[in-house]
Amino acid sequence: MTSTLEIGTNGTGTKDDPVIVVLQLTGGNDYMNTVIPYNDPLYRDYRPIVNVPEDEVLVLDDEFGLHPTMGPIQDMYKDGNVAIIHGVGYENSPRSHFRSMDIWHTCEPDTLGTEGWLGRVVRELDPDKENVVTAVSMGPALFRALVAPNVPVATVENIDSYGLLTDITPEEKLNRVLGRYKRMYSPAIGTGAVMDYLGQTGLDALSGAEILNVAPASYSSTVEYSDSSIARKLKGIAQVHLAGLGSRVFYCDHGSFDTHADQVGLHTRLWSQVSQAIRDFFDDLEEHNAADNVVMFLFSEFGRRVYDNGSGTDHGAGGVCIAIGKGVEGGQYGQFPSTKASDLDQGDLIPDLDFRSVYTTLVEDWLGLDPVPIVGGTFEKPGFISK
Amino acid sequence: MTDQNLSLMAHLMRRAGFGASRDELETRTATGYEATVDELLNPEGQEPVDIYEFLRYYPLWWKPGTMGGLGHAPWVWRMINTKAPLQEKLCLFYHQLFATGVAKVDHYDEIEDMIDSFRTQGLGHYKDILMAVAQSPAMIYWLDNHENHADSVNENWGRELLELFTMGVGNYTETDVRECSRAFTGWTLKHKLPRFHMGRWDWEYEFRPEDHDFGAKSFLGHDGDFDGEEIIDIILEKPATAAFIARHLYSFFVADEPQVPAWSVIPPNDPEAVQFIADALMASDYHIGTVLKKIFNSDFFKEARFTRVKTPTEVVIGTLRLVEDTERPLPETMSWASQIGFMGQELLNPPSVEGWHSGIEWINSGTLMKRTNFTAEMISDRSRPGVAKIIDRIKSSGTKPEDVVDACLDVMGPLTIPDESRAELLDHARDLGDFNWEDERPGQGGETKLTEILQLVVSLREYQFA
Repeated sequence: MTSTLEIGTNGTGTKDDPVIVVLQLTGGNDYMNTVIPYNDPLYRDYRPIVNVPEDEVLVLDDEFGLHPTMGPIQDMYKDGNVAIIHGVGYENSPRSHFRSMDIWHTCEPDTLGTEGWLGRVVRELDPDKENVVTAVSMGPALFRALVAPNVPVATVENIDSYGLLTDITPEEKLNRVLGRYKRMYSPAIGTGAVMDYLGQTGLDALSGAEILNVAPASYSSTVEYSDSSIARKLKGIAQVHLAGLGSRVFYCDHGSFDTHADQVGLHTRLWSQVSQAIRDFFDDLEEHNAADNVVMFLFSEFGRRVYDNGSGTDHGAGGVCIAIGKGVEGGQYGQFPSTKASDLDQGDLIPDLDFRSVYTTLVEDWLGLDPVPIVGGTFEKPGFISK
Repeated sequence: MTDQNLSLMAHLMRRAGFGASRDELETRTATGYEATVDELLNPEGQEPVDIYEFLRYYPLWWKPGTMGGLGHAPWVWRMINTKAPLQEKLCLFYHQLFATGVAKVDHYDEIEDMIDSFRTQGLGHYKDILMAVAQSPAMIYWLDNHENHADSVNENWGRELLELFTMGVGNYTETDVRECSRAFTGWTLKHKLPRFHMGRWDWEYEFRPEDHDFGAKSFLGHDGDFDGEEIIDIILEKPATAAFIARHLYSFFVADEPQVPAWSVIPPNDPEAVQFIADALMASDYHIGTVLKKIFNSDFFKEARFTRVKTPTEVVIGTLRLVEDTERPLPETMSWASQIGFMGQELLNPPSVEGWHSGIEWINSGTLMKRTNFTAEMISDRSRPGVAKIIDRIKSSGTKPEDVVDACLDVMGPLTIPDESRAELLDHARDLGDFNWEDERPGQGGETKLTEILQLVVSLREYQFA
């Protein structure tokens, strides 16, 4: 589609600016069966059913190993490109998916937040809104982490069909209608926050589509992605990244990791999909020499209960974060929380690293921004980004 | 000028149904508002949709099993055709509240059975609905109650019963979650026959006394050897439950509220209205039909026009009922069912047990495109009888751009929009030149120009609201 509409200048980024890809493990990923304390005798006491047999653990060191499906991540760990951050969470975990996810998204454990931490990141990266595709959310939903007033986010379910009023022909008529659409959606005629949001979203959709439409057209790769929804999302992210449109923040999710029952099979399927998709994604970027400025960050709203329930595990507290990329200082950070029964809180691991610490490292050391206003305070900073 | 009674009727039909054509609105306005409310609340007075009409075309949907992404098509077809729209609207209400998805359950049939129970019991007592849900095989599997045993408690159902289905966060302790879960041990599925080689078998609820924890429990300040039903009775006595369900009803039928997880932190936008609904719930022993009648006849409801963002289902079903000739089960029916998912609401497959984030969170750049593209395409299809009727009404209002724009806004709502938005439509109409209804040249006749205006009307921000 060509048109007379003005589009963003794409002037906010250069090829080497740091890019973050967030992969949210929705539903509460089981920390203990992801990074397994395989030499801790209590592990097998707590997990008579829902455990990983010792001979299947992918060993990282004397204490810990990865789930057997995480071979691609183990390989990258050996190359020094994976940081595992132990025991992440916050005090008084509510063990509710929704409240927990809200807290991770907004950095507000005590009150209700309205702005997402990445929304604030995007506002800092592109204060004059020069590029409406600075942030791209891949999938049908716009995650609250990305939401902030006056911050555009392109929410792309399928990049090949992303466009407005695409059925209208001929082109002259389409351009006439889209021109009017742009005027109807102009923020000047907004009445209140909801209307302004709608207006801004319409305008961002209009200009974002024009920019993003080039991405699939210019893409070619020898990498064949595995067959899963997370692989399709990461492929879409790779296409946009490789098109050089100045996108700096990507978001996607996979799930559901809410493994109350039949966990052994379910967790295996989920992690094999995630691990293979991550491998495909980085292979694709490597092939195009475009991996150096990308860090991927994995988190989940909480870990799961230490004791299994005979088939799965219930909602817990402390969890694990993983950062992947050439910019990462590989290794393990923080402590796996004590598994002694007397040290558990209502049967859960007590997190001893605040999630905002992890964000602080990403915001300051990777993206080069002042973390205090973004994460809402000063927190210790685990050094998992290379200097 | 638009008849105020007709505007109010349009509001009622958008909320208690899926909108209505101008012809239907005129008939209903003549019947009267309260009489229409009573008719909506008595679905048994209407001829039911004959689902076998659909199944004759799509026999595989009798038991759709795991039919990829389209198991909800029969429900979509029902919504298009129903003469009792509030009944289907309530199914949507309960599906949002008791969100259960095929991504895990893996049997559309079982979730459809749950929706059926909403269809038959939705206007009755909330306790009966909770009991039906607690014993629904789909819900039991979705929240793992088949893994909730006397000797190993699984808290999934017990927690969500309290957090999402009755009280909301902050009104119970972790101990209450545990005790509640114990009371539902042994509420399980009958032994499943192997799925293959003899096809799928329906699941059935079963109570297994040998797997039920009959011991003493301490729950929300009460002590006793409670079972699940007694737990539900205790929950329903609590004002917090009435307040929580009231807020759900308000948010679905009256005006958008913040997302559910925020309710423990943010008070209702209209606390008096929510309290009014909560009181009505308590006074009627949670009789939903009684409460809905009070809501629809209240001033706060009548005044709350265009204060809810349409759900994707409302966008698609409302459009299809408006443009007509969508009643037969056709291949298009399947693509329309998919459209609802493209807009972010894949029915029978919500993203989680929390259901969908609603209100303004329905809107993002991708979903706004899907909404606009779908509605604009349908409303410009002059071969559809509903569109032809709309065009005829507008043509009869005159040929001047002002006449045409105002008639479009009237027939498509009636919609009230800011002067600036109307001015844009008017500028566009003027740029297109005269609306000469005799000119039928393809691409430039009066009707073609008119459909261009209609496409802009359904693209308006204001059109996203119900």
